[in-house]
Amino acid sequence: MSWGRVLRARHAVARPHWRDELPALVGEGAEAGGKLLAIGLRRSYGDSGLNPDGAVIDMSGLDRAVAFDPETRILRAEAGISLDALLAILVPRGFFLPVTPGTRFVTLGGAVANDVHGKNHHRAGTIGRWVRRLGLLRSDGTAVELGADDNTGLFAATIGGLGLTGLIAWVEIEAMPIASAMMEVETIPFASLDAFFPLAEESDGGFDYTVAWIDCLAAGGALGRGLFSRARHAATGPLAPRKQRRGSSLPFDLPGIALNQLTVSAFNELYYRNGRRKAGRTAMPYEPFFYPLDRIAGWNRMYGRRGLYQYQSVVPPDAAHDATTAMLRAISASGQGSFLAVLKTFGETPSPGMLSFPRSGTTLALDFANRGASTLALMERLDAIVREAGGRLYPAKDGRVPAAMFRAGYPNWQAFARHVDPGFSSSFWRRVSQ
Amino acid sequence: MKVIILGATSAIAEATARLYAGEGAELLLVARQPERLAAIAADLRLRGAARVETALRDLADDGDVAEAFVGFIAALGGIDHVLLAYGVLGDQKAAERDPATARASLRINFTTAAAWALVAAEALERQGHGSLVVLGSAAGDRGRRVNFVYGAAKAGLATLVEGVAHRFANSGPRAVIVKPGPVITPMTEGFANRKGLMWASPETVAAVVRRAADRGGPVVYAPWFWRWIMLAIRLLPTPIFNRLNI
Ligand SMILES: Cc1cc2nc3c(=O)[nH]c(=O)nc-3n(C[C@H](O)[C@H](O)[C@H](O)COP(=O)(O)OP(=O)(O)OC[C@H]3O[C@@H](n4cnc5c(N)ncnc54)[C@H](O)[C@@H]3O)c2cc1C
Ligand SMILES: NC(=O)c1ccc[n+]([C@@H]2O[C@H](COP(=O)([O-])OP(=O)(O)OC[C@H]3O[C@@H](n4cnc5c(N)ncnc54)[C@H](OP(=O)(O)O)[C@@H]3O)[C@@H](O)[C@H]2O)c1
Repeated sequence: MSWGRVLRARHAVARPHWRDELPALVGEGAEAGGKLLAIGLRRSYGDSGLNPDGAVIDMSGLDRAVAFDPETRILRAEAGISLDALLAILVPRGFFLPVTPGTRFVTLGGAVANDVHGKNHHRAGTIGRWVRRLGLLRSDGTAVELGADDNTGLFAATIGGLGLTGLIAWVEIEAMPIASAMMEVETIPFASLDAFFPLAEESDGGFDYTVAWIDCLAAGGALGRGLFSRARHAATGPLAPRKQRRGSSLPFDLPGIALNQLTVSAFNELYYRNGRRKAGRTAMPYEPFFYPLDRIAGWNRMYGRRGLYQYQSVVPPDAAHDATTAMLRAISASGQGSFLAVLKTFGETPSPGMLSFPRSGTTLALDFANRGASTLALMERLDAIVREAGGRLYPAKDGRVPAAMFRAGYPNWQAFARHVDPGFSSSFWRRVSQ
Repeated sequence: MKVIILGATSAIAEATARLYAGEGAELLLVARQPERLAAIAADLRLRGAARVETALRDLADDGDVAEAFVGFIAALGGIDHVLLAYGVLGDQKAAERDPATARASLRINFTTAAAWALVAAEALERQGHGSLVVLGSAAGDRGRRVNFVYGAAKAGLATLVEGVAHRFANSGPRAVIVKPGPVITPMTEGFANRKGLMWASPETVAAVVRRAADRGGPVVYAPWFWRWIMLAIRLLPTPIFNRLNI
């Protein structure tokens, strides 16, 4: 089952624990008719981690760190290790992940296969830029070591390659030095979308991390109001990570009714007001800053049995203002608000992967409770706006993008297809490439 | 804190070793596959262990158990905790047909494990402190057709460790047998549908194992509710038990 819980599928799953088990598993899995896919902690929402009727290798049992050299800052680990475990190794030594997504319960291999981005994209680019080498197992039985110096294109295809170029067995990544485990965070309310863009531009110069939460049910003059958050690693303070207890967890699915328009709109109103009241500078440990959702284990169950759709787009800088305004209008008009509407500007740094999602421009991430046809219709309206603006969608968060839209957004997809391992496949790939 | 782990490549043992590493412990890992052992050792060093030593050994070889254990202690410069984790589930049907297969299972899971437990107990008694924690199994609590050869060995091991705890009573050292229910590890790879409340993660069991080294016992279930499930199963009258497919 994928993290969005909309798409469910059955697989033959192997769960290896040792590097020496991998070559045989890749060989056998790729021979089985339905082809093979490696997966991590299944935090992707859509169908890029699904391979129904095929074989799946769950890499989360290969979760060992191999070596770390504080001089070169290079950390080598098995691909199934979680970012959570990497942080526990790095932070006490005065280092941090160069790039981290909004949850630390993803694997290193999964992060590379989606070429993930974080709140520091405008500074650091994607995680792929920090991958120094990786080991890839191909279905023809070869094991290749790849780095940025690779001139065959296989490295560029594997970064953000959605697991389609083979199984990533291990990764070497360059860590980033920090002086403290604390963050200096500043929260600034903004009254409308027009205020977001100058705020982002001003902040990207002086802050490592920037992101905004948007109240996407606000309409009219308040359209796109929200809370802008900008931060940097503190220059002083302790390095020892404070053990964060998982606050609470949702062990069961809430009835779908829990998230109707009224509750979302009330939540957004409260959240905005609360943010406005508490605006200003604070210091906090890195965990609540980067990973607010990790405190509620199983939060995706809040969306009930029908699950949720994520929708994340990026549109080029020129079109950013108009396209974002149009998208927020469409959402506001539909009444299908989301709790977690997030807006961020991506920087100019090119992404190293052929299928990497991030490009310069503005990204909007949304989640919608699955209400069937009306939700799909809203997403189709958003698709049209994104396509018109020359933008694209993030496969990690998607279970439905039409093939034509995918191909338009990723003009490199055919060059990429040449590097796809013939023994590997996924639902996503079959859907968009056939 | 100095810890010897016999069967360090076990998934439950590795998860427990990570807890010790997080405390900055010194570890001696014993297992029989050199590359796997080296991979675990490197990882534990990065996860905070103050020191990790390794020793290669087929633990089913009980030729010179006492001398070998003295060597382990010397390599580490002392001991506080000993975790005995190795074991094999084995093929129940094959063991029913073939005495050699049954003997091999009993040898690994009971005879040699008992030998290591006894030499560890001697060492702890001599120094007057420390804990011996042994992985048994809920399967040892009542013989069931699916796995009674393995279960018999684990039952014997539990009785042995209980006896060691009795021997230690009112003195410094401690001995605990930890009895997990089903755990999602390589030992149960291939079992259908390893999901739901009955199945524990190695991390969950490891937390129980780690705590058992400090307090509680001499019999600890992992997770705790297996104590009551197994009690109920033991109390089932034979006619009812015989009708159950468990
Ligand atoms: C709360 C939350 C917040 C998020 N925030 C962000 C964010 O800010 N930025 C961002 O970029 N993403 C974000 N994501 C998405 C997430 O970072 C990606 O989906 C990530 O790839 C998930 O990693 P995983 O280990 O769970 O991989 P999975 O979801 O299991 O797999 C993801 C893809 O990687 C492939 N893969 C996994 N392991 C391997 C391997 N060893 N070899 C080859 N291929 C492999 C799979 O085939 C699949 O295509 C977020 C997700 C959640 C749930
Ligand atoms: N998993 C369960 O459901 C479950 C339930 C109750 C109790 N237990 C018990 O928990 C303990 C740990 O098992 P696990 O679940 O962690 O399974 P596991 O990962 O398969 O571990 C078993 C370990 O025992 C080792 N071993 C077996 N024979 C050996 C020998 N002769 N010499 C050295 N090492 C040997 C294996 O090493 P090799 O790979 O080198 O063979 C393996 O590392 C076992 O005692 C088991 O009986 C498990």
